[in-house]
Amino acid sequence: MSASKSKRFDLDEADAERLLREAREHKGISLWQDASRRLRRNRPSWYALVFLIGFGLLSFLAPLLPLRSPVRSNLDITLSAPTLDGGDSNYLATLDPQADSTTITREIEKDYWELSGMDHGLISLRRGIFGSWQTGHWLGTDHLGRDLLSRIVWGSRTSILVSLAAALCSLLIGVFYGSFSGLAGGRIDNLMMRIVDILYSIPFIFVVIFLITLIGDHRQVLEEEWGLDREKVFYLVIGAVYWLTMARVVRGQVLSLKHTEFVQAARVMGASTLHILGRHIVPNVLSVVIVYLTLTIPAVMLFEAFLSFLGLGVEPPRVSWGLIAVDGTSAINPLRIHWWVVVFPALAMGSTLLALNVLGDGLRDALDPKMRGKE
Amino acid sequence: MIRFLFRRLMWFVVTMAVVMSVSFFLMKNVKGGPFDTERALEPAIEANIQARYHLDWPLWKQFLHYTGPFNLDERGLGGSGKKLWGGVLSGDFGPSFRYRDFTVNDIIGQALPISALLGVVSMMWALALGVSTGIASALRRGSGLDLALRLAATGGIALPNFVIAGFLIILFVFLIPLLPVAGWGSTKEMLLPGFCLGLVYAAYVARLTRTGMLEALSQDHIRTAQAKGLSPRTVVLRHALKGGLLPVVSYLGPATAGILTGSLVIERIFFIPGLGSHFVNSASNRDYTLAMGVTILYTVLVYTLNTVVDLAYTLLDPRIDLAEEA
Repeated sequence: MSASKSKRFDLDEADAERLLREAREHKGISLWQDASRRLRRNRPSWYALVFLIGFGLLSFLAPLLPLRSPVRSNLDITLSAPTLDGGDSNYLATLDPQADSTTITREIEKDYWELSGMDHGLISLRRGIFGSWQTGHWLGTDHLGRDLLSRIVWGSRTSILVSLAAALCSLLIGVFYGSFSGLAGGRIDNLMMRIVDILYSIPFIFVVIFLITLIGDHRQVLEEEWGLDREKVFYLVIGAVYWLTMARVVRGQVLSLKHTEFVQAARVMGASTLHILGRHIVPNVLSVVIVYLTLTIPAVMLFEAFLSFLGLGVEPPRVSWGLIAVDGTSAINPLRIHWWVVVFPALAMGSTLLALNVLGDGLRDALDPKMRGKE
Repeated sequence: MIRFLFRRLMWFVVTMAVVMSVSFFLMKNVKGGPFDTERALEPAIEANIQARYHLDWPLWKQFLHYTGPFNLDERGLGGSGKKLWGGVLSGDFGPSFRYRDFTVNDIIGQALPISALLGVVSMMWALALGVSTGIASALRRGSGLDLALRLAATGGIALPNFVIAGFLIILFVFLIPLLPVAGWGSTKEMLLPGFCLGLVYAAYVARLTRTGMLEALSQDHIRTAQAKGLSPRTVVLRHALKGGLLPVVSYLGPATAGILTGSLVIERIFFIPGLGSHFVNSASNRDYTLAMGVTILYTVLVYTLNTVVDLAYTLLDPRIDLAEEA
């Protein structure tokens, strides 16, 4: 600030210098620094985050762990109770190490399903580390004698992937729709939000079930022409359903941000539209988006379980938590109580969903601008 | 108020038009119909079946016949001439494609009362459990009871209802034989499915009641009431509760919708012959008229209930002006 400018505000040079110095010394905290500090102070949310990261790693590295095959059934040991034995050395024991790579791939995929190249890499790394040793049935077996521990870990991959992909899909649609509506304003905004209102009043579960059964009939066309398998269709359909709330929230945020004092101040100071968008609008919208993302993921996970329960979700041989839970509930019978098939999948699912909910709540508090700088 | 209802009605018409046309044209675009059997049918028989369900008509004609704005049928526009409209508009969802001797209306007529009763029972569970624990948690804020109830509520939200149903069946049917495992009809048979279905909503209601009550209890008029020397019971039940329950009322609309759809799963677990199980079966059997009928019915129900809830909200909170909201 030059001397002539400070004169205009009736300040003498010394005053202006002092004010400037004070302003420079005052160190601002960015939204994210503040939020992460507050999140760390919120113990339950912090633990939830740590738990989720750990669990995510575990499920990502599932092929590296010495688990049994999640799909190989053994009818001699159906519904056997959890035991803590030392495991055995039968993992891929019949696999001929001299065989060529396509045979090996085929043999391995008999114990799983179609795996990606990276998963095959991890499996061969695992065979290097653990040889043919595999865990015992530490969490028991299900009604076909499949290992529950392995099914839960491998199932977490599908469930996490489906919910992440679907949540991201809903995020993309929601953020674009909402920010466009909010920025456009006026008639366009009104019309776009009316459309959202209409979609809200449709009972979506029915539409989704309807859609998924219909898509089942078009499967070949979809797979051959569009390269969409059932899981991808699944993400798209769920994402297409869950974007509504996101769109509303983003639109509201954009709308209110447009008229805030700091945005107007930035405009008065001559900041470009791009600068305003990048520095002021996007970071502020982002916080809400992240909060809703953490709340959408558990919702999608539940929805996947719900659809799997109805036989419309992930298809065997792939496993997902929904499918395991369904197997568990169908194994309930009055003669013998096989508690492990109900309890362990429920624990895995419940703790993950609980952690996501707690984290979502914590993030909402941490990113709430009204709570900034307060406890 | 009238204006509000009128606007709602207008959007209702638009919504229904969207739902009906989207599901109708999606359904018609699918390969493989409800009459596909392993053995190819005689052409004459197939033609007969097609004619019976008007499948030989062009699509637009089928759509008009199904939705029925002009009462179009075999005799052309106007049909029998007695009514101006037919089809869905007159509440006729047509014949079921799978259950040959039943119309969709017959099936809905049988199943809807069962699902509605299940919904009412679970709503009662949700409200009774949710409101009472919510109040208890707000009054004992920060105590061990509050913490435990809040944790239980988060758990109730986190677990899918069929897993909870599995636990409860093991507990109350096999370990402590108190309740029957499945079936429908007696009060005893309604308790468990209703509870499982209502639990998630009880958890949400408890959360909302807690926040609402905390907010209401901190208001000035509560302090006035306490200063007047009213008993704590009167203060809570007569003065705080009215304001504290407002968020719960606005949640009732989504909750009802959720309970209606959640019954798909619960009806399957407990073998209840309600609308939900019919819907799932109809979708996988490609019984299109039945699936569409149920979808349309649920859309109407959800829409109507939401409107009723919005109306109830204004009665409870005079600060809200419907003319602006609409």
